[in-house]
Amino acid sequence: MPSRPERWLRDRYDLDTIGRVTVRKPVPLHRHSIWYLTGGLTLFLFVIQIVTGLALSFFYRPTEDGAHESILFITTEADFGWLVRSIHVWGANLLLGSVFFHMAAVFFLRAYRRPRELTWLTGAALLLVMMGFGFSGSLLPWDTFAFFATRVGTEVMRAAPVLGAFALRLLRGGEEITGATLTRFYALHVILLPLAGVLLVVIHLVLVQMHGMSTPGNRTARGTAPFFPHFFLRDMVVWVIAFGALVTLALLKPEGLGEKANALSPAPAGIRPEWYFLFLFQMLRLMPGHLGGIPGEMIVVGVTTVLGAAWLLWPFIDRAEDRRPRYVTALGIIALVAFLFLTVMAHVTTRV
Amino acid sequence: MPNSPDRRTFLDVLLGLSLGGLAAAAGYPVFRFLLSTRPETDVSTSVVAARSGEMAPGTARLFRFGTQPAILIHDASGEYRAMSAVCTHLQCTVQLRNDLGCLWCACHGGKYDLFGRNIAGPPPKPLERFEVRLSGDDIIVTRGGSRA
Repeated sequence: MPSRPERWLRDRYDLDTIGRVTVRKPVPLHRHSIWYLTGGLTLFLFVIQIVTGLALSFFYRPTEDGAHESILFITTEADFGWLVRSIHVWGANLLLGSVFFHMAAVFFLRAYRRPRELTWLTGAALLLVMMGFGFSGSLLPWDTFAFFATRVGTEVMRAAPVLGAFALRLLRGGEEITGATLTRFYALHVILLPLAGVLLVVIHLVLVQMHGMSTPGNRTARGTAPFFPHFFLRDMVVWVIAFGALVTLALLKPEGLGEKANALSPAPAGIRPEWYFLFLFQMLRLMPGHLGGIPGEMIVVGVTTVLGAAWLLWPFIDRAEDRRPRYVTALGIIALVAFLFLTVMAHVTTRV
Repeated sequence: MPNSPDRRTFLDVLLGLSLGGLAAAAGYPVFRFLLSTRPETDVSTSVVAARSGEMAPGTARLFRFGTQPAILIHDASGEYRAMSAVCTHLQCTVQLRNDLGCLWCACHGGKYDLFGRNIAGPPPKPLERFEVRLSGDDIIVTRGGSRA
């Protein structure tokens, strides 16, 4: 016998159809089913970021005079402020890691194939949004590291022909990193990117529901299990483990705060961006000033743009009918190894 | 004919142009607004960077020159030299590293000699040099020097 609220809802809405495409959606069971969990984990970490970010925004002041002071207050005086901030910072790192895992799983299982091209596109756009969150968020503490990381990160844009100088001015709010830049980054971080992120997540999830879960090309499912409660419970186990790991990291290695940003201080030794930008940072370090008459940073920006576009449009490039072509796996492994190599190299060579 | 394709196409184009014009008219002020910045008024051509006796030989100090950081070096022989402290690679601020015997940029490891010439790493150009003169006790730095 349905409860009164359920009867009330059933009188007005077709709950069976909603239930069929959401909670009772069948999830294929096979050797690689575990990778389905990376999507749920990413969503969970995104929610953590929204909650902690909202809490931080109650105290944060996005001005040249107030930013560093307010982060100092959050970190040293507000009750559990240090914990909320550390969870936000570590959450961002785990979130990016989870997105990378999720994307790698989709790539190697070739789940992007027809008809799921748009699901891949929205996922790839979400990765860019998440990197945008990381980049804009790193300026907000307004310390020396933040100042120079943003100076370099935005200066790179100047190397892009035609729109580079325009984008730099738009983002900085002038030619230099000033309070105007801070305000703009704050607006990006708490208004524009969350709107874009939530919209893309909704579209991504709707597309996943429409197509159902992809089964890897060379595997046949052993059967299916309903999403709720079977798969949802597995999701929850992963979320609990992730939350435990997040709190542990925040407790053991809480986020610090450097000296207040000062354009008259030299760039601090050991400065480097977040780990997910290290490959780009290392390419900029390795590239000479000019190569064949072309500025080094222009080459780095050009190569990254071409590779990024190929990655974004990958479902339209890989049209192979073969269920599992070797070259796709080989390309994926080469990209992964190059990314890891540059990241580790940057990490090791900048250790102070 | 009331539904001739030509007429329909014409109306579609007209509607498209009207909507495009409306979007441009509404978007232009927003676009200009986003690009507007406070004018940078400080266009100094000369500044007192330090007073003689303040800096020991073999040291350097950063000072503001206009809107940019600059560096004044008092080298071991007692000579003063001044140049822009903005790395020509990606605009980080350089520092004197006596252990390396050069000016060093922490961001991507670029190196310049004590005359501002780029000697290692990714910087594509030397640092902009400024003229230094003494006026009484003041060490005055003037724009007008060339690249090292």
